[in-house]
Amino acid sequence: MRERKNVFNNIDWTLIILYLVLVLLGWVNIYAAVYNEEHKSIFDISQSYGKQMIWIASSLFLGLVILLTDARFFSTFAYIIYGLTIFSLVVVLAVGSEISGSKSWFQIGSFGLQPAEFAKFATNLALARFFSTQHINIKELKTRLIPLFLMGLPALLILLQNDTGSALVYGSFILVLYRMGLSGNFLLAGALVVVIALSTLMVGTVYVMILLVIFAIVLFFFMKRIKRNIINLVALLILGIGFTYSVEYAVENFLGDHQKTRINVLLGKELDLRGAGYNVNQSKIAIGSGGLVGKGFLNGTQTKYNFVPEQSTDFIFCTVGEEWGFLGTFVVISLFLALLIRIIMLAEKQRSDFSRVYGYGVAAILFFHFLINIGMTIGLVPVIGIPLPFFSYGGSSLWAFTILLFIFIKQDTNRNALL
Amino acid sequence: MANKSLASRKQTVIAIFLVVGLIFLIRLFYIQVIDESYTLSANNNVLRYVTQYPARGLIYDRNGKLLVYNEAVYDLMVIPMQVKEVDTTEFCKLLEITREGFIERMEKAKKYSKYKPSLFEKQISKETYGYIEEKMYRFPGFFVQPRTLRYYPKPIGAHLFGYVGEVTQGIIDKNPYYKSGDYIGISGIEKSYEDVLRGIKGMKIKMVDVHNREVGSFQNGRFDSAAIMGRDLYLSIDGDLQEYGEKLMQGKMGSVVAIEPSSGEILAFLSSPSYDPNLLVGRVRGKNFKLLDDDPVKPLLNRAMMGTYPPGSTFKMVNDLVGLQEGTLTLSTRYTCQGKSSSPIRCTHTHQSPLNVEVAIQQSCNPFHWQVFRAIINNSAKGSIRENYVTWRNHIMSLGFGHKLGTDLQYELSGNIPSAEKYDAIYGKGHWNSMTIRSLSIGQGEILVTPLQLANSAAVMANRGFYIVPHVISSIGEKGKKSDKFQKVVSTIDPAHFEIAVEGMRQVATLGTARWYQIEGITMCGKTGTAENPHGDDHSLFMAFAPADNPKIAIAVIIENAGFGSKWALPIASLMIEKYLTGTVKRLDVEEDMLNVKLYQ
Ligand SMILES: [Zn+2]
Repeated sequence: MRERKNVFNNIDWTLIILYLVLVLLGWVNIYAAVYNEEHKSIFDISQSYGKQMIWIASSLFLGLVILLTDARFFSTFAYIIYGLTIFSLVVVLAVGSEISGSKSWFQIGSFGLQPAEFAKFATNLALARFFSTQHINIKELKTRLIPLFLMGLPALLILLQNDTGSALVYGSFILVLYRMGLSGNFLLAGALVVVIALSTLMVGTVYVMILLVIFAIVLFFFMKRIKRNIINLVALLILGIGFTYSVEYAVENFLGDHQKTRINVLLGKELDLRGAGYNVNQSKIAIGSGGLVGKGFLNGTQTKYNFVPEQSTDFIFCTVGEEWGFLGTFVVISLFLALLIRIIMLAEKQRSDFSRVYGYGVAAILFFHFLINIGMTIGLVPVIGIPLPFFSYGGSSLWAFTILLFIFIKQDTNRNALL
Repeated sequence: MANKSLASRKQTVIAIFLVVGLIFLIRLFYIQVIDESYTLSANNNVLRYVTQYPARGLIYDRNGKLLVYNEAVYDLMVIPMQVKEVDTTEFCKLLEITREGFIERMEKAKKYSKYKPSLFEKQISKETYGYIEEKMYRFPGFFVQPRTLRYYPKPIGAHLFGYVGEVTQGIIDKNPYYKSGDYIGISGIEKSYEDVLRGIKGMKIKMVDVHNREVGSFQNGRFDSAAIMGRDLYLSIDGDLQEYGEKLMQGKMGSVVAIEPSSGEILAFLSSPSYDPNLLVGRVRGKNFKLLDDDPVKPLLNRAMMGTYPPGSTFKMVNDLVGLQEGTLTLSTRYTCQGKSSSPIRCTHTHQSPLNVEVAIQQSCNPFHWQVFRAIINNSAKGSIRENYVTWRNHIMSLGFGHKLGTDLQYELSGNIPSAEKYDAIYGKGHWNSMTIRSLSIGQGEILVTPLQLANSAAVMANRGFYIVPHVISSIGEKGKKSDKFQKVVSTIDPAHFEIAVEGMRQVATLGTARWYQIEGITMCGKTGTAENPHGDDHSLFMAFAPADNPKIAIAVIIENAGFGSKWALPIASLMIEKYLTGTVKRLDVEEDMLNVKLYQ
């Protein structure tokens, strides 16, 4: 009894409320997205919105269970949970069911479960556990390689399931590494890699190489510090040029046709409004037609009449944009930013490294989903099928995000208890 | 402590979050609030404009009898995207098409669009549709669109009504009202009154989902417009008379036109050989049209307005009228006739001589009328030969010959009353005279008239000097509101002179060629004609009006290659008059002689 009272006294209610608001808004928008005249009740469990209600209820139960679990459980069993998840990722490769091109589902009757969703928090737990051990020095190669291995293993297995989107999520842990002391140059380099890769694909290898050379020359003449490091500069230049080549090579040789087309469409190289560009175009039309205040609840036409694909899952943000307009999208983006910032603020306050690292991991994962999902619906990011946390329809993802967040909330309640 | 400095990294992380959020909001503000094009695209996506086709107006006769109405048919449409696995065998059996036909149609539809509906099979009858309707649910992707087609309860009036067909690209280019798939009147009344009959197309705005499935009306149908049916036409045609005429004309090549003289209303308008107008409706139209078009007797030709014939003897009193008007002929003028030995034109009858104009009309004396014509043309007191010919021609034209009458039916021909210039061109200016063109006096030579013009000239005789432009419309929309857009044309001949010509025509019917076909209680005035035909046997002609004193019907009958006017054209005209004026035909022997005779191969 004492402990339970303790838990609820120390809970960060801001996070809980943000979570509840997002989940409920998601539910309402799923209802609007796939609204069915013949099943008007939002509680009708034959429809996705009715099912989502069950997912929400069970998620709340899961959340409660986590809050009542001993906080030390998660740090103690972090590696074991991680190990079990990796195991399940291997098993699903062997016996899983294939749904829309990804062999990533455990199918038990009509009930499907995606281990990839759960691997996110498991990996986060493992990373937090690793960084909470004593004598960690990020400058050491070993300290860099182990987290990379922890991140890379599930990413690789998920990649084998043909679920590129979920695999990319593991890249988001670079934020955690950054917080743990990884040089900011890595973040910068990462950003630069993305920019070079995109511009290579957009304007072609030759132009990017020319630009890189010009950029290097400019740096050489105008920055004194670099003048002294001419060898480094030349090395970087060669590296850059090599990278542009490899990007082109990789796209040509490693990507599947549909991924190639998707990239081309995003870059504006291909205008295929019935094919790969269709989704993005329809998604933009749905959001764009919402105007300032939207068409009103249940009045969206683009999403409801299936112009937008997967409107209750990956493209749920379209319904927000169409029915609630800019005001709606503003509110949702603000809510996500508030949630992310709140998590970072709380993470910084943590006394234990485990909780802090874990908190950063939660923020990183959520941010990555937020970035990719909303970015893709408004045509800023290639179409990568990952859900919008708490919003998108789906049991696995809602459970996984709830567990991810609630473990952090639980850790946070222990912040004061440990004093 | 290193941790302390690392703690400040949260600001960088938060800054990254905020920058991304800000980029998103700017982008969203742009596509949602500033750029309007997305709203437009959204409407295009979701709204389907479905044309509502109106039924064409109905067509009634002068007694309110329905002549033309509409039957519902169904166009079977297909949206290839939605077509699931179909039991092709059963589907083809239902539609009575072959498997190859099915594949071909699907390919065509797919080529047009996978998402938009296209025509799979047009004009499925109500009966066939009734049969397949209950099985439609098994063929997703297919749906029917109701249309209407013309239906004619009696197989009459083909040339009168004309037919309806699908618009061609040429029509669409010229008139933006029409869209691909619309129907339009192509000939006859359907063409003349297209604007009235077609009605107004409606538009339903439906919302569709991405699979083009209809999901409801747009804003509860606030912007929908219903199709408005075309307005009905009440014709001046007497359906019974028309039907009777077509029966009489079966097996004969030619035309019958009957007009109410006082109003110019056309009572019967037929061309033979004809065809059942139902043949040129719907799916069978193309095939039947080809058959009819290839038929050597040309059933598609509307002889009533597009057939031109020399009027022969029916023209004689017209010529007399000019003489009377010009003063070169009076009631007391007498010319001699040497019968078969007359020169330059022989007489084909035996009769008293000399004779006056009334007897000359009754006896159809060629030499008399030639002398009347010569007197007009050679009247040097009045002017030169050429000038006198121009005067003669102008009088003739004022009686409705040599030009289009301006009726409300399509494709009327002018016939031919040769101009002086024409003769100048043929013979050289000053090198032709009354002798050169003497055939005109007996309605031969270059002169050509249409059956409609001939009937109209009978109306002019009946009216003693004027005609109302002949027309088939009585009223539009509702019965009784007569149209006054058809003008009265007064001839250049003094009405008094007509009494003389009419008296001649009365004698034709009482004493002359027509006396064998008198109708009990009715005095008919008429004139037979036997027109020499350079291409074959003579044409048989008759023009008449009745009753003599209060004319109700003026009629012209032309039977091609049938010999004497008195043999075929006259009895048919007399039967028509009897039928119209008394309602029933009592002279069954005459009727019997006319029916069931085939005069052409
Ligand atoms: Zn004679």
